[in-house]
Amino acid sequence: MVSRPGDNSPYNSLMAKNVRERAFTTISGVPVDEVYTSESVRDLDYTRDLGDPGQPPYTRGIHENMYRGKLWTMRQFSGFGTAEETNQRYRYLLEHGQTGLSVAFHLPTLMGYDSDHPMSEGEVGKCGVAIDSLADMEALFEGIPLDKISTSMTTNAPATILWSMYLVVAEKQGLPWDKLQGTIQNDILKEYIAEKTYIFPPRPSMKLIVDTFAFGTRYVPQWNVISVSGYHIREAGSTALQELAFTLYDGIEYVEWAWRAGLDIDTFAPRLSFFFNAHNDFFEEIAKYRAARKVWYKVMTERFHCKNPKSAILRFHTQTAGCALTAQQPYTNVVRVALQAMAAVMGGTQSLHTNALDESLALPTEHAARLALRTQQIIAHETGVANTPDPLGGSYFLERLTLDMEKGCFEYFDRLDAMGGMVAAIEQGFPQREIQDASYQYQKAVERKEKIVVGVNDFVVDEESSIDLLSIDESVAERQISRTRKVRESRDGSRCKAALESLGGAAAAGNLNMMPFVLDCVRAYATLGEICDALRAVYGTYEESIF
Amino acid sequence: MPERIRVLVAKPGLDGHDRGAKIIARAFRDAGFEVIYTGLRQTPEQVVTAALQEDVDVVGLSVLSGAHMTLCPRIMELMKKERLDDVIVIVGGIIPDKDIAKLKELGVSEVFQPGASTEDIITYVKGNVGKRRHTSQP
Repeated sequence: MVSRPGDNSPYNSLMAKNVRERAFTTISGVPVDEVYTSESVRDLDYTRDLGDPGQPPYTRGIHENMYRGKLWTMRQFSGFGTAEETNQRYRYLLEHGQTGLSVAFHLPTLMGYDSDHPMSEGEVGKCGVAIDSLADMEALFEGIPLDKISTSMTTNAPATILWSMYLVVAEKQGLPWDKLQGTIQNDILKEYIAEKTYIFPPRPSMKLIVDTFAFGTRYVPQWNVISVSGYHIREAGSTALQELAFTLYDGIEYVEWAWRAGLDIDTFAPRLSFFFNAHNDFFEEIAKYRAARKVWYKVMTERFHCKNPKSAILRFHTQTAGCALTAQQPYTNVVRVALQAMAAVMGGTQSLHTNALDESLALPTEHAARLALRTQQIIAHETGVANTPDPLGGSYFLERLTLDMEKGCFEYFDRLDAMGGMVAAIEQGFPQREIQDASYQYQKAVERKEKIVVGVNDFVVDEESSIDLLSIDESVAERQISRTRKVRESRDGSRCKAALESLGGAAAAGNLNMMPFVLDCVRAYATLGEICDALRAVYGTYEESIF
Repeated sequence: MPERIRVLVAKPGLDGHDRGAKIIARAFRDAGFEVIYTGLRQTPEQVVTAALQEDVDVVGLSVLSGAHMTLCPRIMELMKKERLDDVIVIVGGIIPDKDIAKLKELGVSEVFQPGASTEDIITYVKGNVGKRRHTSQP
């Protein structure tokens, strides 16, 4: 059909929509050429830049056969209300084919407050599960054999405490720690940069993290002692490149601190893991994951001269982008999530969380959570993308993006090196400002309609279909507070007090690994708030400057 | 507008998600408003004290943690107590539809949900600050 100027047919507007006179860029604002050919990747050398899957520099994936050997772990981040409610949700997800657990704690836990602290009012069980003491952690994993499943926990500032609780629950299930598999997020740098759930200042926080590296590699050898996370950096509004560069540089910072503390790099580096976002721009995201593996390989071999080949292999979890979900026409989110998850799989992720369609409005309902899990199962079992490693490898466009991503990453590293490392850069507000600028530019691009968000700035409908949302009422707080008070009444008070005093003493001494002291407090049913108070008394708290 | 509009952008509660608050603070500045940003984890008392001391026309609250039905009523109550009746309060963040009417009953002027544009928020503030100023005259 040919449409002519002046033709009043309804196809006129259709034709107009198909004329796309604009600058073509990725969602991060990187220009995209009209076409990519072999000329575009003349600087690409297969052996140097890609290697076969399972071979350095691991651009094409960390295993020879990738998902032919084992699918990624389907690990849905989940937690709300009390431990009992979340335990039910875990059992539900496991029954429906989930293959790993991921614990979302509520904000008071992450900020080091018990549920009855005044700052916790209104927040109990809202953004995650309320965990105040070992009693809650016991209820959370009731009936779930911890040697049969791997568990990831988004712990951050109170990582030592929450991990200790998990280890003691395992003890009580009669399991030796060397049988346990899982991950603690334990990444404080991205909290200062992006997510802002910090408690202590950077230096003592880094010390606690190094303590977990030393403890984990010795006593819990299959545990990932950190998940260095770009997810939250991206959610705060960064570009894909900033997410990659700041995350990997955070990784460098952790390795340096642990090395300076006397740890052997080849002992702990294989237990480092990473966590990236899966945003909307399909090829840019896949390039990011591929570049991540390659850059980390170079960092570990060229900067840290690791000897153990496993030290240079980057393993990562992915979560689809929460910030890309729309509150408008929420069912469109199912489609977004499927495409984002597809990018993560084609990028070679080791585990994956797919967001539920209702998560721009609330924590997911059971039904929405199941559909999100089903999305992964469809990608795994129906689409065929898991049949061969790095299925898009060799695409001129993707290889160009991957090379450019790597280059941009090392340019950021040079700037961060010049600032004296990431802790210094955070103190100067550098990553924070970079992210804020990117987030503002993106918002403006959306408002100018240079970037289209379906249902938000185009293809808008007046009538919204309402969806059922999960609601967490205040009875959760009442139940939680009454349990915590019972724990405080029924425990051996003098044992608890002594454990907390030893903890404070060890923190003040400054040169002791804090994990055994925290474990003792946890075993004595000291609450998370009490343990954090003892540490706050020595370490102080962090207040961010406003940049 | 004879004077510059003064806005307090506040993050009450434990929520650290400040992307929206930072964007709207910057957009308000670009629109010529005087902006005071509280920083994170403010108690309702701290928010209202800041509104009073800074003599603002508008308080913008950003809450993404689900605690808005505890924090906003407390803030509105304290605002009334301090006779800040001529200050308009707007709320942004993850606020489900069912809570909007309740928030407005408490005196919140407008609620902006995910996807709201900074332009719309600025237009709303410009259109309503004057009205409030006018009607609050004896």
